[in-house]
Amino acid sequence: MKRSHAPIFWLMFGAGGMLAALFGPALVFLTGIAVPLGWLHPSPLRGYAQALALMHSVPGKGAALIVIALFAWHAAHRILHSLHDLGVHAGLAAKLACYGSATALTLVLLSSLLWLGF
Amino acid sequence: MKPGPAARRPYVRPMTGWWRRDPYFVRYMVREATAVAVAVYAVILTAGVVSLARGEAAWDHWLAALRTPASIALHVVLLVAMVIHAKSWFEIMPKTMPMILVGHRRLQAKTITRVGWAAAAIASLLVTWLAWRWWT
Repeated sequence: MKRSHAPIFWLMFGAGGMLAALFGPALVFLTGIAVPLGWLHPSPLRGYAQALALMHSVPGKGAALIVIALFAWHAAHRILHSLHDLGVHAGLAAKLACYGSATALTLVLLSSLLWLGF
Repeated sequence: MKPGPAARRPYVRPMTGWWRRDPYFVRYMVREATAVAVAVYAVILTAGVVSLARGEAAWDHWLAALRTPASIALHVVLLVAMVIHAKSWFEIMPKTMPMILVGHRRLQAKTITRVGWAAAAIASLLVTWLAWRWWT
């Protein structure tokens, strides 16, 4: 019997959803509102060297990869399964578009993190 | 009317805008729509990592883009969506996880939801505190 690949996508949806529920609001608030408006002094994202140092460290790289990639996989899976509710057939093309976008984002992210070096 | 294939036109209930008929469905669709916000935020952060890899000029460009009023407004929307996601994620959790027995009684759905919300609150404080300690 051919094994279903659905549990893998569901697992990534679940893991990403959990991370987004736990850390999403604080991350959006920090990177998108508090830091750009200068509420955190000195602005954490102001220093290129500091951001670089964070992304050079293994924990920094790992956290960025896991959080960002799983956000994308969570969103891809959920959007794919909502298409039917909007009257769009979730066929092969929709699957390729959703999971393909998440794969592309993961590859871009991974290559950038590797390019940054350790 | 003469019976025949042309005469038989069964009523098909239109489904366009079905979710606007009931507040329960509207809540469901709002919850599903938070995935769009999660996707947008993942793209924004990926752009940040890419710009960091491309050098200081690209990084400053990304930061300048984050400081625009349009970006701030977008992030306010993203924040609201993330909060809705966090709230609803733990509301659904009792239905998606296996039954937990404490003693001989089933762990109440409300308890699971509240523990989830508390965990999210603690995680948010932890992330904010870490960001505060790391850079200020």
